[in-house]
Amino acid sequence: MTTTEIGAVPYDPYNLGRGQPDLSPGHGAGGPASKRVIVAYGFWIFLLSDIILFSAFFASYAVLSGQTAGGPSGREIFDLRNVGVETACLLLSSFTCGMSALAAGARNKPAFHAALLVTFALGAVFLTLELREFAGLVAAGNGPQRSAFLSAFFALVGCHGLHVTAGMLWLLTMIAQVFAKGFRADMLRRVLCFNLFWHALDIIWVAVFTVVYLLGAGP
Amino acid sequence: MTETFTDDHAGRGDSAPGDERLDGSGVAQGVLGYLLGLILAAGLTAASFYVAASHLIWHPGIPAALVALAVAQMGVHLVFFLHITTGPESTNNVLALAFGVLIVFLLLAGTMFIMSSLTHTTMPLDQVMSMQR
Repeated sequence: MTTTEIGAVPYDPYNLGRGQPDLSPGHGAGGPASKRVIVAYGFWIFLLSDIILFSAFFASYAVLSGQTAGGPSGREIFDLRNVGVETACLLLSSFTCGMSALAAGARNKPAFHAALLVTFALGAVFLTLELREFAGLVAAGNGPQRSAFLSAFFALVGCHGLHVTAGMLWLLTMIAQVFAKGFRADMLRRVLCFNLFWHALDIIWVAVFTVVYLLGAGP
Repeated sequence: MTETFTDDHAGRGDSAPGDERLDGSGVAQGVLGYLLGLILAAGLTAASFYVAASHLIWHPGIPAALVALAVAQMGVHLVFFLHITTGPESTNNVLALAFGVLIVFLLLAGTMFIMSSLTHTTMPLDQVMSMQR
């Protein structure tokens, strides 16, 4: 047995041992957590469920990617330069989206609107390139009804494209609402959730360009 | 219980996912974080595209390399863009993420295992038809 002073409090800065009454919000004695934490956490749960939805599309794509039914395989129809430009657009838009969050934190309206407009423009370039790819495939007779591989491809990549479209509509709403109502607490919560949504879309795109395009066009 | 809280973190509570706790010069530090994330993510993306198109890596090893690069880039996005940290204020966010990753893994691995197993153990449909004749 070591000799410890009776009543001495061990060093526990994060209160992991719960030796002290936890006075931080959301931890019992501290009262409820702030609304910002609760809203963002709820939206985080939604995003994770959305990622699980995407994982089902990825699973069906992985199963069906070889079932070309005599139609073209990924290597014959994927244009990696196009995908590279799309990826660059989404990555840069994630960065400008982060700038908008910082601008909102600093209550700087012009910077906020500029950052979101650049984000919108980059998202629009991404969507245009994706739609052009889809239109080219359909025009060549390689639409979703051609083979199970193409059905899974259009379902997965199209689902991501629909999410980007929804995100861009949300982005425009954020611009209008902050323009009309300013940086109220509820607006800042919506801006935070929008940021989470846009960054999550970029994470899903990383999986798309790796699994669908690079693995599909590769060896 | 008369202890007073002397540590900064003890009374701060949880942080919202996506929120960054900036100490010191806020905006400049924030821009630096996003810039660092952008550079790392762009580097990993470029590496993915290069590895897929070149002979840098042994041919059968390319898929594994691509998956590893993708997982690394997702980690970069989570840390630098979504500000998911390992600190105690982010415990709830990390636990939810871990559960999501578990479900994603079960769904992906389960589907691929079951479907490939079915492909190997089921008789092709045309043979079934000819047996019934």
